[in-house]
Amino acid sequence: MMSTYYAGLLADIGILLIGTLSVYVILATGQLSLGNAGFMGIGSYIASFLTVEWHWPLTVALVISALAASMIGIIVGFPALRLKGIYLAIATLGFGEMVRSFFLNFDRMGGSSGYHGMQHISLAYIWLWAAGIFLIVTILERSQLWLELRAVHDDETAAGLVGLNTTHIKVGAFGFGAAIAAIAGGLFAHHYVYIEPGNFGFERSIDFVLAVILGGSTVGAGAVVGAGLLILLPEWLRFLADWRLAAFGVLLILVLLLRRQGILDRPLLAKLTFRSGAW
Amino acid sequence: MVTAAKNGAALTLSGVHKNFGGIRALSDVSITVPEGRIVGVIGPNGAGKTTLFNVITGAFHADSGSIVTAEQIITRWPPHRIARAGIARTFQNIRLFSSMTVWEHLLVAQPRQGASLRNLMPIRWANPEAARRAEDALSFFGLEPYRTAIARTLPYGIQRKVEMARALTSDPKLLLLDEPVAGMNYDEAEDLRALLVGLNQRGLSILLIEHDMTFVMSLCHEIYVLDFGAVIAEGSPNKVRNDPVVLDAYLGAEGAC
Repeated sequence: MMSTYYAGLLADIGILLIGTLSVYVILATGQLSLGNAGFMGIGSYIASFLTVEWHWPLTVALVISALAASMIGIIVGFPALRLKGIYLAIATLGFGEMVRSFFLNFDRMGGSSGYHGMQHISLAYIWLWAAGIFLIVTILERSQLWLELRAVHDDETAAGLVGLNTTHIKVGAFGFGAAIAAIAGGLFAHHYVYIEPGNFGFERSIDFVLAVILGGSTVGAGAVVGAGLLILLPEWLRFLADWRLAAFGVLLILVLLLRRQGILDRPLLAKLTFRSGAW
Repeated sequence: MVTAAKNGAALTLSGVHKNFGGIRALSDVSITVPEGRIVGVIGPNGAGKTTLFNVITGAFHADSGSIVTAEQIITRWPPHRIARAGIARTFQNIRLFSSMTVWEHLLVAQPRQGASLRNLMPIRWANPEAARRAEDALSFFGLEPYRTAIARTLPYGIQRKVEMARALTSDPKLLLLDEPVAGMNYDEAEDLRALLVGLNQRGLSILLIEHDMTFVMSLCHEIYVLDFGAVIAEGSPNKVRNDPVVLDAYLGAEGAC
């Protein structure tokens, strides 16, 4: 029997992995979103409302919340088309904070005092979703669609001129990323059985981005490495007591200095999986 | 009202104007690329040649005038629709996708069958047809040794080939080439010429911008001369070569450098 300590860590990794993948698919088009905690919050509140107030099965509630968040993601994606790089990042940050303060004032679901009443879910259920979403992303990475995402990431103008609809691709990536983030939110709510707006603040969006950058932003498998390290490293560094977060920061800087593309990249992944790279 | 005339032209520009601020980049430009022909555009630096390509491919829209393919009026279309209508291009400064291997370049531009579930599945498995076409392009251009190399890390001449191969995998009816022999030595240019003649014989229409006069004169059926954004001469290579206006504006200027 696994100790509750490790079960808790594994649940955190599973949820963080899903959140990390939500940033990854948007970043695959070259758009950096610092607002995915906002989509996570939307998913979290919608799924909780559906299971607690309307007694819907959680799986259905998760799918509905993902669809709703995806629609909001598409709406956010359109204005985001006019922004690039740091400006886009700041705008999505603004979106995330907007969502957080919306729920802060949303008294119907507890406002600042939070919301509860959700049924606790098993670790296996969380990982079923995490593995399923990871599998979908892994399959997509070998598809024509993913090549198109990468083309937009590499050179948007050239992508348009070889026949790719860059607007659809960029906005679609936002919608897909938002849906994934919402699933992370719904699982979070039913794992901790209590949510408050502060759960979905700026820091969580940063966690997602950190995990992508650390693990490797060019392959989905990087999200697994990044999410795992982001949760486990601070635990492994406990012997450093109060210094552990500082040590974590040093490690992060070292990784970025030595491997700007993150720990995993396409050539390394191909080597690890014994593929020639000619897929 | 302009209609898409069935005049046997792969591309017709009529009275195209384009200004940038106060600068007149294109002024009343009318150019026809008859189907199955190779047409060249020459002119001094800054004459508006690349702007012409940008306007045709939808990177910018013309301020006035019309651009028509054999079937459609494409004047105000976005770039991806123009590309899908059968117009492919290469760039003066090669523009390859920085993260992609040669093999991936040959897949990314292939014509799509609309919003199909196949586009979401692994290509090799869901779309062997696309993989086969990429394979064909790979061997046609002799790029097999570079299949898994990141295209941007390859020698310049190979990158040019990859870019052209990418353009051709979209199955275009008209190919726009922006200074295709720039930076090539004589042998490479000769290879390219033979390649273009071969493609042309298979029915591909070509519009090319080029500084290398020997290359243009020996390859093109018709030539347009641009100067300060306007067409100052047009006709067969022989006619253009001996046109006093051209000698004065272009060849004369070049001889002076």
